[in-house]
Amino acid sequence: MTTFCVLYPDLLGTYGDGGNGLAVTQRARRRGLDVELVSVGLNDEVPDAALYLLGGGEDGPQRLAADLLRKSSFVSRVRDGATVVAVCAGLQILGSTFCVEGDDEYEGLGLVDVVTSRGERRSVGELATRVEGQLLVGFENHGGRTTLHGGLDALGIVVKGRGNDGKLDGYRTKNIWATYAHGPVLAMNPWFCDEILAAVFEVELEPLASVADLLYHERCRVLSA
Amino acid sequence: MAVRTVNRLSRIMGKGSGTVVGGRVGMKIAPDLVSSLARGRMVILVSGTNGKTTTTAMVVAGWGGAVTTNETGANMPAGHVAALAESKVEHVALEVDEAWLADTLASTHPSVVVLLNLSRDQLDRANEVRHLAERWRKALEAHHDDNLVVVANANDPLVVYAGEVRANTVWCDVPTSWLADALSCPKCTLAISHVGSAWHCACGFAKPVQVTTTLGDDLVIDGACVTLDLSMPGEFNRSNAAMALSALRCVDVNLEEAVRRVNAIQSVVGRFSVRRWHGHVLRLLLAKNPSGFAAMMATLAEDGSDVWVAINARVADGHDPSWLYDVPFEMLRGHRVYCFGDRRLDLATRLDYGQVDFVVVDNDELVPTSKETISLLANYTAFSDWLARSEP
Repeated sequence: MTTFCVLYPDLLGTYGDGGNGLAVTQRARRRGLDVELVSVGLNDEVPDAALYLLGGGEDGPQRLAADLLRKSSFVSRVRDGATVVAVCAGLQILGSTFCVEGDDEYEGLGLVDVVTSRGERRSVGELATRVEGQLLVGFENHGGRTTLHGGLDALGIVVKGRGNDGKLDGYRTKNIWATYAHGPVLAMNPWFCDEILAAVFEVELEPLASVADLLYHERCRVLSA
Repeated sequence: MAVRTVNRLSRIMGKGSGTVVGGRVGMKIAPDLVSSLARGRMVILVSGTNGKTTTTAMVVAGWGGAVTTNETGANMPAGHVAALAESKVEHVALEVDEAWLADTLASTHPSVVVLLNLSRDQLDRANEVRHLAERWRKALEAHHDDNLVVVANANDPLVVYAGEVRANTVWCDVPTSWLADALSCPKCTLAISHVGSAWHCACGFAKPVQVTTTLGDDLVIDGACVTLDLSMPGEFNRSNAAMALSALRCVDVNLEEAVRRVNAIQSVVGRFSVRRWHGHVLRLLLAKNPSGFAAMMATLAEDGSDVWVAINARVADGHDPSWLYDVPFEMLRGHRVYCFGDRRLDLATRLDYGQVDFVVVDNDELVPTSKETISLLANYTAFSDWLARSEP
């Protein structure tokens, strides 16, 4: 049994982010992989898991989530190789610092060399980024401007929308995928969801046809127009 | 005068019901039109994420006699100008978009403002629901008319956070099922503990103790007990009615008579109405966001019947349908769900991952006819489309 863990959906689940846990679990189970999906509440310990999912949240809850994660075993588990998919506020929390409530700088978890400051205006709208030849589609809604340091790779190049800074979206390490796209991103981009599953299980996966493919192609068509 | 002429012109020209076009022109002619049109009238405002239109209709019906209102749901200043210009009647009941509450409080000087609930809705437009609660609180703090009575839902922590700044808030203990947006305290962000209908946070923020209105089997307002026997379905409508009647009680309306009139309401601007379309009999249910969907799905019979759901993501709906993943669609397992609307593939994908049986309807004409009345749940513009394309 492999554990997938949604972290603090009560704090970081503003934009349907719970859907990422649902989609990745369903796509694993439909391939016969034995997966359990757990949610960590405000008063729960962070369990040992192969995959952690972090979503978007409002300022106050984002600050609290960062504090709770700092005190938990999360950082050491990620340093030991656990896979993470982080969206929006989750993307910011994993970095060195982020801004909340005006321009107050707040300390992140320092897992990646990423700094998020307050953007000049809020980024709200469809987001499409090119990730190694494939399109990643979703919707962004955040006030951050994120810069990557120390040679950290971006996840993708922005085709539509703003992402980190109008040019790049998210970041990517050996075991962390981060993006500003919700959607939820794993439900809307089956190929991306499968890439993460393949990394967690260290296997090659056969394609899995579902209605999500039709949705993905429709969104790609709309966002490329 | 100018506004009424434009309203009439707009109707003649066939551009909708006239209210929004007239109001937009009105706002350009005089920015303080709402203020001058509302002067000297007795105003009740209704705001909140869900139930605004229905609750406002309940206030209108319960009040009795002629009442000026924005019944078409045009709930921003443009719509208010149009409604106030259209009718000079003294009693006014207006529904107000959550984001426009501060402006409307200042311009209309209401006797009562009803605060129903706050939850995630159209996040691409309103961004953050806690931020809305903060704006409500600041607006109520800044409002200098001590005669204003706030009628507020004591079971919604975000509403309490806004309403607690007034000395004379009338708290309503009414069933409130959706609390997913108030699990973390609006004051200190710690976890709020909910036990039964009580709730509190470690920081001291808690459900108000002094409640004026209690809704159980009976409705008790300030010691007076009446029986709610609504014609419209759903526990949420009972809560809406309890708050509408509490507001009317504040302006000295006879409670018994008001209840009788509210009980008789069959549908509100097509909501809950039974319509016909291509041989199908449909019951139209408006659901625009996760809490609205959860409440509406709870009214469906567990009989395995087909359910139709229509989803759009146009301007009035919010362009981001990610909220579909916050809707507990798993409640529809056992039903077959026909997916309609511009974003039917988003809906179908959500249902597929939720292990709910679904059919994507690309051609309306191919849907098999059934003798049963089918529940059709639709979000805002999808609901308007279905109301327009169906017949009574």
